[in-house]
Amino acid sequence: MSEELVSVQIDGEWHQFPKGTRMIEACRQAGREVPHYCYHPKLSSPGNCRMCLVEMGMPPRPKPGEELPLDEAGHPPIQWMPRPVIACANTVAPNMGIRTDSPLTNACRQGVMELLLINHPLDCPICDQAGECSLQEFSVEHGRGESRFREQKVKKPKNVDIGPRVRLDDERCIMCSRCIRFTDEIADDPVLGFTDRGSHTVLTVHPGQQLANNYSLNTVDICPVGALTSNDFRFQMRVWFLKETNTIDTNCATGANIVVYSRENVIYRITPRQNNEVNSDWMPDSHRLNFHWINSELRLTAPLVRENGVFRECSWAESLQVAADRLRSYAGGDIAIIVSARLTNEELLMAKRLAALLGTDLIAAVPRTGEADNYLVSADRNPNMNGVKLILGLDDPVAKLGEIRSGLAGGTVRALIVLQENVIDDAGFTAEELGRADFVLSTYPLANPTADASDVVLPGACWAEKSGTMINVTGRLQRLKRAIDGPGLTLEPWELLRDLIQALGGGNGIYSADELFKQLTHDYPEFAGLTLSQVGDLGVPLIETGQTIPLIERERERKARGIIVG
Amino acid sequence: MAIVVKRPKLKWWEQLYLPAIFKGLGITLRHFFRTLSGEGKVTMQYPEEKWNDQLPEYYRGAPALVTDEQDRERCVACQLCEFICPPRAITIHPEEIPGDDKWAKVEKRPKTFEIDMIRCIYCGLCEEVCPEQAIFLRKDYAITGTSRAEMVHDKNRLYEIGGKRVGLVNKWNELK
Amino acid sequence: MDWAFLAISTVKIIGLVFLTILPMVAYSVWAERRVSAAIQDRVGPNRVGWAGLLQPMADGLKFILKEDLTPGHVRKTYYWMAPALTMIPSLLTCAVLPFGSRLFGEKMVIADLDVGPLFVFAIASLSVYGIVLAGWASNSKYPFLGGVRSTSQMISYEISLGLSIVPLLMIFGTLNLGEIVQYQAQNGWTLLPLWGEGLSLKGMLLAIPMFISFVIFTTSIFAETNRLPFDLPECETELVAGYHTEYSSMKFALFFLGEYAAMIIGSGLAVTLFLGGWSLPFGWLAPESTTAEVPFWHGLVHIGVFFAKVIAFILFFIWIRWSLPRFRYDQLMRLGWVFFFEIAVINVLLTAGIMMLPLGK
Repeated sequence: MSEELVSVQIDGEWHQFPKGTRMIEACRQAGREVPHYCYHPKLSSPGNCRMCLVEMGMPPRPKPGEELPLDEAGHPPIQWMPRPVIACANTVAPNMGIRTDSPLTNACRQGVMELLLINHPLDCPICDQAGECSLQEFSVEHGRGESRFREQKVKKPKNVDIGPRVRLDDERCIMCSRCIRFTDEIADDPVLGFTDRGSHTVLTVHPGQQLANNYSLNTVDICPVGALTSNDFRFQMRVWFLKETNTIDTNCATGANIVVYSRENVIYRITPRQNNEVNSDWMPDSHRLNFHWINSELRLTAPLVRENGVFRECSWAESLQVAADRLRSYAGGDIAIIVSARLTNEELLMAKRLAALLGTDLIAAVPRTGEADNYLVSADRNPNMNGVKLILGLDDPVAKLGEIRSGLAGGTVRALIVLQENVIDDAGFTAEELGRADFVLSTYPLANPTADASDVVLPGACWAEKSGTMINVTGRLQRLKRAIDGPGLTLEPWELLRDLIQALGGGNGIYSADELFKQLTHDYPEFAGLTLSQVGDLGVPLIETGQTIPLIERERERKARGIIVG
Repeated sequence: MAIVVKRPKLKWWEQLYLPAIFKGLGITLRHFFRTLSGEGKVTMQYPEEKWNDQLPEYYRGAPALVTDEQDRERCVACQLCEFICPPRAITIHPEEIPGDDKWAKVEKRPKTFEIDMIRCIYCGLCEEVCPEQAIFLRKDYAITGTSRAEMVHDKNRLYEIGGKRVGLVNKWNELK
Repeated sequence: MDWAFLAISTVKIIGLVFLTILPMVAYSVWAERRVSAAIQDRVGPNRVGWAGLLQPMADGLKFILKEDLTPGHVRKTYYWMAPALTMIPSLLTCAVLPFGSRLFGEKMVIADLDVGPLFVFAIASLSVYGIVLAGWASNSKYPFLGGVRSTSQMISYEISLGLSIVPLLMIFGTLNLGEIVQYQAQNGWTLLPLWGEGLSLKGMLLAIPMFISFVIFTTSIFAETNRLPFDLPECETELVAGYHTEYSSMKFALFFLGEYAAMIIGSGLAVTLFLGGWSLPFGWLAPESTTAEVPFWHGLVHIGVFFAKVIAFILFFIWIRWSLPRFRYDQLMRLGWVFFFEIAVINVLLTAGIMMLPLGK
């Protein structure tokens, strides 16, 4: 797109925009939000909802030889067109005029609203979209207080099962076609479409097909009304009660930017958050729904110490003292540490300090791999393997895992520290192998087989309960933010590592997560000069990995071709 | 703008305040004897005498849930009352009405609906905000219990207190 | 000191302090509530017993059963001492009050001191320590302010209180309260010198300073007992409850009762000094002298008369409390120092002047 700027008058004020900017984007940048339903910057613009109609004008074409009279600022007069145009599909032109608040514009919006509401049911009390519904919002701004419609409303299918995760309510649908375009253009699984005509038009899945792809829940996010709702979140909680926390997804190395919606320390849903460098506006369903275990009964809520074969709940001070006393009795070479690539950079820094204090260099991370889906899911299912490499200075963090296993078998590894990992289920260790070690300390959010085989078990917070930074597959440094409090005595892993180091006699002078980040900027040249506020909600590129995210690459291409706004 | 308060110019004997004091004493003494003689007493002897019959229609007592003519629970768990409740006395957990239920088309109902009557301030905002005419303030004003847990009215208790209410808008009962 | 004296004194102490004053304290609380209710067109406590007469028992029981909380931030020793220091001086002062003439040949007074009023003032001024200690030991702002206010208020009004009775002592020529009452029995009450030998022009003239003394004395007693309109140390609208904000249970009750005990003793003193003590008006049933024998039923009537007067005075206290609004602090201080102090001094001179007039006896 050329950087040539054009002058546009919006509601009487002149602005400059790059040529090719959509009118709706120009208005948004000028602080004049134009209401819209079908327009979505990441999708093509069919212009079918007509909500974004604005009044447009151009300078009159002068007669040959005539000069247009210019005002003091050098702008020509504008001749307004008698009919409105849609702002979403038209681009700005030099000396164009746009009125977003004129009587004509407002009359158009009122008319569109009234027509949309004719057959719309009064479902708001039971509709999950209530509170974040564009139709509700715009009907407050542009609707009539009362309906003039006296006839029977058209009845359409309600509560339609169109896929394993998405529910359709056709009465609420306003035919914006965003979901159809998403499944077609982004998810490459075109199963949705309209049938019938006029006011009987319904959205439906193609016969014999289901909306079942791994990105189906994104249609729920982009649905401006409550026509598509999530089975998982359906009737769980009204959105206005939910606290929003901007954080990142930790289910794979992509690190999709997300918003965690929680109330009273319970997570109710997760939605993607726009970051055009990482996940655009989307996220996979598999990652989105992987949070119910956080509030499960299996959570560890207090430190456990094994005494005569059975676990006993005890305080942090006592459990850490037991752990420190046992660890101190081993030589550095007898101790191995298994870290998790789900730890934040800050926590890895503490783990590194622990290793240095204990005098061991037998440290490894547990790999997690899967198949990349060519959209957003990366093959590396660990969120921070790049961080492990960078912070611990290991080229291949997985390499020493075998050495630890053979050490356990050969008796050279007598004490094992497992940080936020379940090595039995996720790294192929056996309980018998762990039993050979003299002392096993493990931390994990959930009760698990590794914990069963440990001598001291510490409850470490899960991703939603801790703050820190992670490095994603493209080398981007992103912030993880604490959304809820961990249950019981749960501590963030960096806190429990700090306390363990302290119990071992190695004071470190670090008391807050912010100080840890400062320490990172001090210790690692890659972090030099960074602050947490610079990293912000969207992150910053930190290192070069040469990897890309396929969906983002395709989106850039579509944007370059002018199909979408981006 | 400053307001000038006019203060009366007191006579010398008024400045002694004694006449005013005696006047005041006289007033209290008059009330004292009037009460003693049994006139002019307005206090109601509460547990023996009650207002129940004279409570106005708009009296705001304990909130309760109501069912409609066909015993359908009117509440659809929209949680607006929970949202508006100033002392946060209301706690609702919604659930989906199972498909085989008679009222499956309503789709949503409260799984639990609790009002903490210790917290409730009888403001009536829940009744005002309810889009389904499901919650009403009754005339009960003596809500008692022997424990905090007992003072939390659950769904069953609320329907028991509220009972059936007819003559309201019935948008869910239209034929489909 | 013989055993008979000890036994008789013990009987008198138990009879007066424990069997009369303390129940009166309890019932003056009841009276306060009932009267205030009547004044305000209410009913007042009427549930416990007939007309709520058992309410004081219920209140007492409640106070005993309440959790006795000692906040963590207080100075414990002084905090515990303060309630006792308020209650005890109030009760001590009743030792010198003659509550009757004679019964079975015994003077109806626990300690027949020759310095009665001085003893009363000396002991009564001790009660300010209770309040100051409570305010200071509570280690919190409202009690502290209450304590400070109380101290300055009580000290200010003690002066006019003391000065106000100087004219009386000049007339009576004695500091023995028993003799003061006897004098009034024979010569007419201080406020009502209209019979017997006191009926003279001079006596009538002396009634003027006596009335002034009475007004100052009564007002000062109000201030000394921290009652409305002088309850600035407690002043719930400003100081929550003043010096006893941090107290609970029986310790609070002691403050509460101490205040009412002080009110009763104050009433007793006012009655003794100005309203003829146990004597009936117009010299009826008046004994010849303090040492003269009194018939048995005369003695009983005298005791009854004394307590009737005290109760009437207590009702006056209550009436005032529920009629007048609270003074502002500067007004309170101005009244004490600028008016009462000066008037009391002038009153002394006025009395002396009248007494010097050559108008016969």
